[in-house]
Amino acid sequence: MAASMTNDQSWFFALALGVSFLKCLLINAYHSTDFEVHRNWLALTHSLPVSQWYYEATSEWTLDYPPLFAWFEYGLSHIARFFDKEMLVVENLNYASPATVLFQRLSVIVTDAVLFYAVKECCKCLREDKGKDLLGKPSFILTVLLLWNFGLLIVDHIHFQYNGFLFGVLLLSIARHLQNRHLEGALLFSILLNLKHIYLYIAPAYGIFLLRCFCFTQSNPDGSLSWRSFSVLRLVALGTIVLSTFAVSIGPFLALGQLPQVLSRLFPFKRGLCHAYWAPNIWALYNIADKALSILGVKFKLLDMNKLPKASMTGGLVQEFQHSVLPSVSPLATLICTLLSILPALFKLWHRPNGTRGFLRCLVVCALGSFMFGWHVHEKAILMVILPLSLLAVESREDARTFLILSITGHYSLFPLLFTTQELPIKLFLMLLFTIFSVTSLKMLFRKGGSLLNPLESMYLLGLIPLELVCEFIYPLTVWQKTFPFLPLMLTSLYCALGVTYAFIRLYISMLTSSDTAKKVKSQ
Amino acid sequence: MNSDDTSVSGGCCENYLLLPVKKQDEDAILCRINIIRRSLYPFIYERCAGKPPMFGDYEAQRHWQELTYNLPVHEWYFNTTNNDLNYWGLDYPPLTAYHSLACAYIAKLFNPEWVELHASRGYESHSHKLFMRATVLFADALIYIPAVLLYCFYFCDGSPKQKVATAFCILMYPGLMLIDYGHFQYNGVSLGLALWGVLGLGLGWDLFGSVAFVLALNYKQMELYHALPFFCYLLGKCVKHGLNGQGFFHLVKISLTVLVTFALCWMPFLSDPKQPLQVLHRLFPVGRGLFEDKVANTWCSLNVLIKIKTLLSRETQLFLSFALTVLFVLPSSLKLLSKPTLWQFKLALVNSSLAFFLFSFQVHEKSILLAALPVCLVINEMPLIAVWFLLTSTFSMLPLLLKDGLLLPYVVTSLAFLFLSLYLLSALERSTDEELRLAPYRKLTQHFLPKLNLSRIVKWKFWLSLVAMAALSITSVWLEPPAKLPDLFPVLVSIFSFLHFLGFVIYFNLVQLMEPQRRKNQKKTN
Repeated sequence: MAASMTNDQSWFFALALGVSFLKCLLINAYHSTDFEVHRNWLALTHSLPVSQWYYEATSEWTLDYPPLFAWFEYGLSHIARFFDKEMLVVENLNYASPATVLFQRLSVIVTDAVLFYAVKECCKCLREDKGKDLLGKPSFILTVLLLWNFGLLIVDHIHFQYNGFLFGVLLLSIARHLQNRHLEGALLFSILLNLKHIYLYIAPAYGIFLLRCFCFTQSNPDGSLSWRSFSVLRLVALGTIVLSTFAVSIGPFLALGQLPQVLSRLFPFKRGLCHAYWAPNIWALYNIADKALSILGVKFKLLDMNKLPKASMTGGLVQEFQHSVLPSVSPLATLICTLLSILPALFKLWHRPNGTRGFLRCLVVCALGSFMFGWHVHEKAILMVILPLSLLAVESREDARTFLILSITGHYSLFPLLFTTQELPIKLFLMLLFTIFSVTSLKMLFRKGGSLLNPLESMYLLGLIPLELVCEFIYPLTVWQKTFPFLPLMLTSLYCALGVTYAFIRLYISMLTSSDTAKKVKSQ
Repeated sequence: MNSDDTSVSGGCCENYLLLPVKKQDEDAILCRINIIRRSLYPFIYERCAGKPPMFGDYEAQRHWQELTYNLPVHEWYFNTTNNDLNYWGLDYPPLTAYHSLACAYIAKLFNPEWVELHASRGYESHSHKLFMRATVLFADALIYIPAVLLYCFYFCDGSPKQKVATAFCILMYPGLMLIDYGHFQYNGVSLGLALWGVLGLGLGWDLFGSVAFVLALNYKQMELYHALPFFCYLLGKCVKHGLNGQGFFHLVKISLTVLVTFALCWMPFLSDPKQPLQVLHRLFPVGRGLFEDKVANTWCSLNVLIKIKTLLSRETQLFLSFALTVLFVLPSSLKLLSKPTLWQFKLALVNSSLAFFLFSFQVHEKSILLAALPVCLVINEMPLIAVWFLLTSTFSMLPLLLKDGLLLPYVVTSLAFLFLSLYLLSALERSTDEELRLAPYRKLTQHFLPKLNLSRIVKWKFWLSLVAMAALSITSVWLEPPAKLPDLFPVLVSIFSFLHFLGFVIYFNLVQLMEPQRRKNQKKTN
């Protein structure tokens, strides 16, 4: 039995089937407003002409994804008809009949097939250690890390979104690049951009990589750019693919003269610097520093209590956040910070690409950089870092270390997404299982050379346990719950922000110093 | 983790998880899935549970906590001003009552409203559900899951991989999960204790095994289904050792242990002779009729053709069911008595519990779980048949599950069990004539149909019956029954399952009685 299980790929099938069954069991769990968002999109794409899609505003959840996603919803709506026609009526706000829930949940579960395929393709690109038993195989570990990812499970199958499908496209595109099928990879990525524009954050890495490693066919022996090897043909092919995808997607709206309207829906800059719950990034630290300074200032009579903006005292509940001591941050400033943060990585990618794995590392840095410094970042965006980083984690020890820190803190920071009592045990269990699996399997994979995490890092990660106990169980019993209900959330995002920042620095260092490992990669 | 009911599950889950990791086994992951799944149930069914005014077993269990906490022991089983026996009166043996009492003490810590006398009737809240589900999970993790793991560790042949796979499949059995975590009962406790009994007997710790089984019997009187094989196995073993010397001494030891355990369990009720009689009266409510609802047993199925329930007097019914049960239990018990090996013991458990389910008086559809447990124990030896039986048993409870709104979990867990057990146990590949133990049938058919491929026929039957079950499930969910026959689909389900169970009881009896003389499994006997 064992032999048959390791030789063929049936374990992959079992893992995929198992996780699908698990997802099915979550069908009746809590779902957030995103459920209604997607139902509304189903309804409006189904019942309105294309010209109305980006103007429709019956529901407050207007269409704010790019056109290809709208077409995706349009396609789904034709199947939705057979479940419950009522969900396709735009005026039926907050409609959630059992058939609607079933259909929407099933649509997420079924479209995850893209993710399964992508993960399978990614596994093919791994450098396998022959002779290991199945549990120690990198491809097995990677499959579990991606398919059973805690964040994907709770964000997609409880909270409700289509990230599994979208990340499937992203991972497939990465796999194609790893397989040197760059044109396909580029096509997939431009499709992805037109499905959800949040992936624009990693577009710079794609752009630089394709230009550098695809349009230039050769490098000098020391890895630097060989200007003479530029291939116009490749550039044209690439441009045609990317532009035609955009033409298909945006073309109709361009023809209708609706481009400004579409863009204003896609990029709403009216939201605040931070989401209601602060994603664990630099701005969370900045907000907290500001608050601490203002409290200290009041205490030492350096600041006048009455002159402080009121909102700063209820922060975390109000979207617009006024800084009292430190200068307020504008969208432009965050954009500049983001660009500055990813620029060294892009430069490095251009200068010494280090093959597709260097590109992957740069992509992760870009995603994390924009998560750290972006405007109105949502905590879910951390998945954009964790999933691609899984690919690196099963191949190198240092990346595995970063992955553990980042995935544990990042996943923990998703906890506030599920705030209902019923879901508390699910999230604790899934988190615990995923964490235990990732720690034990990666430790087993890199058992040579001592422990993976140093004592301080282990301490920090274990510190999440008392933090969770305080936030979920102890704090609600104290008297402060009524006066400062936001304190646990603030504490969570502060604590996680430290870990994420640390991981960001580690990643950056590994990115900038990875030339040696890359040569080994090439020689292999 | 501490101070909350989730900690219960968290803690126990952890050690359980570490076990497979050490074995470095691919099935470890799958094993975890099961744990997640078990822990997920409570929350998946949140919205399906108890709709007033029929609260079902959930309210019964809560009511027993309220009852045992607030009333003195001698009022538990009596109809008094504070104890209305018509409102979910206590009708399980004392251990269940003690368990409720223990839970009530913990409940009181969280929220005294949960167990307040009278006032708490019909109480429901999210946190209370969380608490109740956690008690099931805790009891399972304490008793059932370790028993299954130990059983597979000691008594399954094959590699560690195979052992973990078997344990995983047993834990994944949908019937038990759906009833305990969806419908709400503590079957894991009584079945787990019975399994500890099997473990004890298998390992040669007869006294420990008898204590465990007596505890099981004192948790749920339905464990009587398993009593005869336990008795026969122990007696047979004593006889083998010679009733004049060592065997007799052993027998005395066992009987004393059993008596003392019983006495301890019933201690609070022994002061007044009226007490134990009243308890017994509550445990065996003969007045409730031959069968309830739609059960996949003989009487319910026969009732479609002949209205036995109304035609025959109660005494005749009692006699008839008793006679038939004994008739079907005796052969396997006698065989076990003459040959007390573990393999025979397991088969006798299957045969006895199935015979009781099919023929005894006042059977509930959930009682099929009692037959399912011993079938789980032979899942490694005869995977295809066991998987088939376990799926049928889950299917036989379909009307009950539908009533509880458990359609989706039923479908998902059954499919998951089917695929994963076929995959992990390679049930379809391991189905030669020999492995299916078709030798008796082979003897029958070889005279006139010598070239018949029996194992292929069995496989075809398996798939056909699965398709039929799927079709019946779909029709009972989607189609409206005709106005004249409102119970059409439940009756069809129960007749269909009954025919299967009848087939299974004949098959398992033949396997047990026709067992060839030389069997490898005998190395596992004591």
